[in-house]
Amino acid sequence: MIIHQILFIIFGIICVAGAVNLLVQRHPINSALSLVVVMASLALIYLLLGAEFVAAIQVIVYAGAIMVLFVFVIMLLNAGSEERTRGSHIAFFVGVPGVVVLAGTVAWLLIHSGGQLGSIKISASDFGNTQDIAHLLFRDFLLPFEITSVLILIAIMGAVVLGRKES
Amino acid sequence: MDTTTFIIVAVIKIAIVVFIMLTGVAYTTWLERKLVGRIQNRWGPTRVGPFGLLQPLADGIKFILKEDMVPDSVHKGLFILAPALALTMSLISIAVIPFGGDITIAGHTTALQISGITHAGGGISDINIGLLIILGVTSIGVYGVALAGWSSNSKYSLLGSLRASAQMISYELALGLSLVGILLLSGTLSLRGIVEAQIIGSEHPWLGFLPHWYIFPQIIGFFIYLLAAFAETNRIPFDLPEAETELVAGYHTEYSSMKFAMFFMAEYVNMFTVACLASLLFFGGWHGPTIPALPLLLQQLLPVLWFAIKVFFFIFLYIWIRGTLPRFRYDQLMAFGWKFLLPLAIANIIVTSFIVAWRG
Amino acid sequence: MVPLSWYLILSAILFSLGVFGFLLKRNIITIFMSIELMLNAVNLSFVAFANYWNTHPAKLASGANVVPLSGHVFVFFVMVVAAAEAAVGLAIIISVFRTRETLNVDQVNLLKL
Repeated sequence: MIIHQILFIIFGIICVAGAVNLLVQRHPINSALSLVVVMASLALIYLLLGAEFVAAIQVIVYAGAIMVLFVFVIMLLNAGSEERTRGSHIAFFVGVPGVVVLAGTVAWLLIHSGGQLGSIKISASDFGNTQDIAHLLFRDFLLPFEITSVLILIAIMGAVVLGRKES
Repeated sequence: MDTTTFIIVAVIKIAIVVFIMLTGVAYTTWLERKLVGRIQNRWGPTRVGPFGLLQPLADGIKFILKEDMVPDSVHKGLFILAPALALTMSLISIAVIPFGGDITIAGHTTALQISGITHAGGGISDINIGLLIILGVTSIGVYGVALAGWSSNSKYSLLGSLRASAQMISYELALGLSLVGILLLSGTLSLRGIVEAQIIGSEHPWLGFLPHWYIFPQIIGFFIYLLAAFAETNRIPFDLPEAETELVAGYHTEYSSMKFAMFFMAEYVNMFTVACLASLLFFGGWHGPTIPALPLLLQQLLPVLWFAIKVFFFIFLYIWIRGTLPRFRYDQLMAFGWKFLLPLAIANIIVTSFIVAWRG
Repeated sequence: MVPLSWYLILSAILFSLGVFGFLLKRNIITIFMSIELMLNAVNLSFVAFANYWNTHPAKLASGANVVPLSGHVFVFFVMVVAAAEAAVGLAIIISVFRTRETLNVDQVNLLKL
């Protein structure tokens, strides 16, 4: 369907534009808001993929809680625009070409032989609804679920201890 | 229904709902001033039109004609983005709220909900995750408040906005958890599905006359939801961040004219959304007595009347509490949210899930 | 009818932009946000493959069926871990800021030889 492709291209361009803006901006608050735009457009792409629950929690958890945490810290620390200091040379001369080569290889592979993979269709099926995810999460993935709740508890304790002022 | 008819009907529905809502918001300000005035033993607005009914119109004209000042040292982009974001997010949540069943005008049947789709067989489809969309929109609304204070580049605004956004984030948890009891009872996240679960259950009323509204089993959940919603919308008794006697005016200190009006409208639209959600989730939405003798169009509009009555009751409750209670101090407010409401909401979930598992 | 490879290419582009941000930016909060961007790119791959396995069912090497929705469950866990990491990481950043008064990673170099 042509409208599916048009929607994917629009949201994909918004995603990439937001990510590029994150790199280009000097002040961290602008980077944080571009990242929120990236997450919102990713939520829309998840809706195109039929993942309604994941799209909703992407907006609620990622864009609405984690990024608010980032924005709070940037507002509180108020460190201002980034200065231009010389970074690590290895990172620049090895890292950037390395990543370009890696991403280029992946993209070339996918463009040439990706046709064999098949395509995603928008269907009226009940895929990705909350009841099925809940069945998986609380039966087959119960142990990882409990472990992540312990992980969150540890993270809360760590953040509270680290955030306290030295008295 | 073919595509062009569908689009035209959708645009008409959006226009009608937004118009009704913005007029309702304007007259909620009138109602608030009248009611708070009567509670304080004075008249409220009486001069502009009979009973002061044209007061919102006068206020609107005043807002439009006021000088729209943008101070020099603000971050211009974020300064303009913040009230627009707050108002847009408030208005988006109206798209998933169902007002009634369906309505048939001139041979076309459409659902009384912006995001509802009727089927040829007579059913209505809704968004499967309507409740999560409202929670998500509330989460993004925090950005409007946070960015308003930060972009104003003034210490009162920054402190006020940090307090307001910390309060909103803290009470979002209690808000979300208080709704889990409803989900356990109804089994669906779609708002229309929750109301229909209550309507279908009411065919066998409890004790012979009580309808299956979820307020009866979930009275604690209702109490938690109401308190968390009051804190989310920054209304008394939780309105410390924007009280006039505290921190000048909080995060909208530097805003004037239309941008301030947008924050004001966003707060009242949030109140309206909370009232709609409370009546949908706890009071059976548009469930009410039906009168079969009426013509079909009026019969389809009667549920909207019951819904409107319930929403009006909640807005009246908001204004009544505003006129009566003092406000919490900030540390009392945060302690209440984290140390009382959150454990109570979790206890509510545990008890509800045990009872649901035991019965079925 | 969008080919799966388009989603994977978008995921690869976002991931490589995240790596660029991690390598090239000097503000520690921006570096952190690039890590979040990488995690989001991976989430997109998971969800795309979850939809793909739904329409093209496959079997694992052991003979068991691939459960398509497990992609969504993995995304759920990635988000939870990202939240925990963001909380602790930002607390560490605040501690560093309190002592060193700067958010530039090149100036937090007291242990350098």
